[in-house]
Amino acid sequence: MAETYIARGKAVAARALGGEMMIMSVADSTVFALDEVATILWKSADGVTPLETIVRDHVCAAYEVSPETAIRDAEDFCRELSGSGILLTSDRPIAGAAR
Amino acid sequence: MSLLQEFNQRALALGVPLSVHMDVTYRCNERCIHCYLDHDDHGEMTTAEIKRTLDQLAEAGTFILTFSGGEVFVRRDFLELVAYARSLMFAVKIKTNAVMIKDAEARRLRELGVDQVQVSLYSHRPEVHDGITKLPGSFRRTLNGIRLLRTHGVKVAIANVLMANNQDDYQSIRNFAEELGTSYYVDPTITPMMNGDRGVLALRIKGEQLPAIFHDPSLIPDVDKFCAPPPPPTEDELDGFPCSAGHTSAYISPYGDVYPCVQFPLKCGSVREADFLDIWRDSPQFHEVRNIRARDLSTCSSCSHVGTCSRCPGLAFFEGDMRGPSTADCEKSFYRTGIPSANMKRLAAAGAAVRSSHSLVQIRAAG
Repeated sequence: MAETYIARGKAVAARALGGEMMIMSVADSTVFALDEVATILWKSADGVTPLETIVRDHVCAAYEVSPETAIRDAEDFCRELSGSGILLTSDRPIAGAAR
Repeated sequence: MSLLQEFNQRALALGVPLSVHMDVTYRCNERCIHCYLDHDDHGEMTTAEIKRTLDQLAEAGTFILTFSGGEVFVRRDFLELVAYARSLMFAVKIKTNAVMIKDAEARRLRELGVDQVQVSLYSHRPEVHDGITKLPGSFRRTLNGIRLLRTHGVKVAIANVLMANNQDDYQSIRNFAEELGTSYYVDPTITPMMNGDRGVLALRIKGEQLPAIFHDPSLIPDVDKFCAPPPPPTEDELDGFPCSAGHTSAYISPYGDVYPCVQFPLKCGSVREADFLDIWRDSPQFHEVRNIRARDLSTCSSCSHVGTCSRCPGLAFFEGDMRGPSTADCEKSFYRTGIPSANMKRLAAAGAAVRSSHSLVQIRAAG
C-alpha cells in the first residue's frame, strides 16, 4: 500500500491557542479549530514523513489508541482538510513543504 | 457564535492579544483632509525592528495582524514585511489607498496569501475623491489598484469614510463595490488628530443626517432591531468590557509605541525598550484599561444604552476620562434609537449645548 505524505497548505494562517490550533484558509476566510491530536498531525505535516509514521510516533505514543483506528481517523482528517486546501496530501514526498 | 468569536472568548480568558494593528509608517502620498496623523517621519522602526516585533507577536499568540499607515507602500520594504509576517503564519490584513499598487504588487500579495486588502474610497466622483485626498489622479489610480487586486484574486474591502464632503455618495460607492466584487464598509467616524487637535471634527456629518444612514436597509440587515430602544442592561453586560482594546487587541505605532488601540492614545510601552509580551502583561496602563467594567463607568453605567452603545473608551479618553462618556457615541446611540443618553440629559440639564457630531460606527453592508 502506498504511503501518504502530508504538508501544510501555503494559503493558510495558523496559531495555537489554549491547546487547540486556529487555522484560516485565506482563500475564503474559513476558520477551522484543530483539537490536540489534529494539531499534532498539522505540526508534523512536513511533506516528507509518511502519515503512518507520524501517527505511530506522535499519536499512538501519546494516546491509548490502536494504530488501525488512529490511521483511519488521521486519513479522514487529512481528506477533510485537503478539500479546503488547508493540507496537501500526496503518495510521494511533497517538495518545498514547510518544516 | 462563530468559531472566530469562540477563539476571541478563549483569547480573552487566556489574556492573548489575538489581533494587533501595526502602523508601519505615518508617511503618506495623500493628504486627506480628515486624517488624524502627522505625516513626518519621527524615527520609524527599521525592517529588523519590525521583524523582531513580529516574532514577539507570534510568540504572544497574535493571529490577525493588520498592517496600516500612513500609506504602507511608501515603505520600500513593505512586501518584505508582509512575506515575513506570512512566514510566521499570521492572518494578514492590509489597509492602503492602493495608489501604488501595480500588477506586480497585486500579484505578490496574492502569492503571499494576504487575507484581505482594505482600500479607502471616498466617492464615485473623481473630483470629490481627489478633493478629499488632495492627490490629483488618486481616484483613477485607487480604482486601478482595486481592479488589479481583484484580477489576481485578492479579497478587497472598500472602506468609505463619510463626511460632509461625500455624505450623499455612499450608495454609488456601494454599487461600485458590487461591480468590483468587493465587500463594503461605510464609516462616518472622524476622530481628533493624534496631537489632540479637534479641528478636523468640523468635517463630521451633522447628527441630524445620521438617522437616514442608520435606517437604510441596504446597509443595515435588520433596521428594526438595530434602531430599537435599548432593552435594560443585563448583569453580564454591566460586568462586561467596553471593547476589545487592551483585552484581545492592541496597536503598535511606526515608532514602536504600544497602545490599547489606534484610537486610544494611552501609551503602554515601547517595543524598542521591552518585549511586547512583557508590555502586554505588565504595563500599568493595560491593567487600568482591563479593570474597567461597564458598571464602573461614571455616567454610562446608569444610561439605558449601556448594554448596546458602541462607546469607544479611546474617544472618551480624548474627552478627558477613559471611564467617562464618549459624547460622539452618545449622539450616535441617540440618532440610532431616538432616545437620549444619560450623558446628553446631563449636559442638557447643565445647559450645555450638545455638539452635533458622532463617531465610531462601522456598518457592514448586507449584500
